[in-house]
Amino acid sequence: MYKIAVLGDYDSIYGFAALGLDTFPVTDPAEAAKELHRLAGGEYAVIYITEGLAAQIGHEIGKYKEQVLPSIILIPGVSGNTGMGIEGVKKSVEQAVGSDILFSEK
Amino acid sequence: MASTQVTPTRMELTRQKKKLVTATRGHKLLKDKRDELMRQFLEMVRENMTLREKVEAGIKSANTNFVIAKAGMSEEILRVALMAPKQEVYLETSTKNVMSVDIPVFEYKTRTADTNDIYSYGFAFTSSDLDDAVKSLADILPDMLLLAEREKACQLMASEIEKTRRRVNALEHVIIPEAQRNIKYITMKLDENERSSQIRLMKVKDMMLEEAHHYKEKQQAQA
Repeated sequence: MYKIAVLGDYDSIYGFAALGLDTFPVTDPAEAAKELHRLAGGEYAVIYITEGLAAQIGHEIGKYKEQVLPSIILIPGVSGNTGMGIEGVKKSVEQAVGSDILFSEK
Repeated sequence: MASTQVTPTRMELTRQKKKLVTATRGHKLLKDKRDELMRQFLEMVRENMTLREKVEAGIKSANTNFVIAKAGMSEEILRVALMAPKQEVYLETSTKNVMSVDIPVFEYKTRTADTNDIYSYGFAFTSSDLDDAVKSLADILPDMLLLAEREKACQLMASEIEKTRRRVNALEHVIIPEAQRNIKYITMKLDENERSSQIRLMKVKDMMLEEAHHYKEKQQAQA
């Protein structure tokens, strides 16, 4: 039985607590990286992380890309959408196909 | 030409031929795998993109709702309201095998079946905007979980496709041509050896006949 975690600044994530997801408000990148490793190590199958925070610890997130669990998903924070999540999807198309043939026109 | 030295022997030739057969079959299989993976990947990644757009839009509007809710009441009341959630979400995970790639499948369960349990507060001190905000977020949750599943699947498939593509290319452009070159080299070398030993034998036979019958001396005597 796994749980779901949400990582990011407090203002972006406090709403998820009401739904029953576990929220971990962090802003410091070093602390976030530590928290991420702790969460990924055990009982969390899905970790949502705000794009703003993810941009600062992209390297740490990359480590989990090849593993089945956890699934680390970027979500827009309260400060707006940086397009990083979409960028991630495009990246995987690029990795698979060689160049972004699907979404390049957008 | 042949970068690695192969010894031109019959045994090596059989070995190289076997290698070529295996490589060709492996190449065909891997190519099929790559094509099928690619087809499924493209399908999935399109779904991933639409889901992501939907989720991002949903979260954006939920965030706006939360900002409005926050404006209508004090920070403390809001914090207190969301401090002790009633609802909990659990995930049951399993994996599905798509062309030898294990992709996760999530099935989510809530602790209580009551959909109203997302409101973890009494309604006396909070504004109705907060209810709307929480509701809008709750509505997007199933899509968010589906997104988590799809996006992970896409990432895993992408790296598998990359690996398979490298293998196909390595077989196609390195292993198979090398084996073919080696086979050609060995056959030519063996043929050459055979011809040279044939010629040597003919020469030796001539010399032995000459020794036995002295043809040349007889010819000279006749002349």
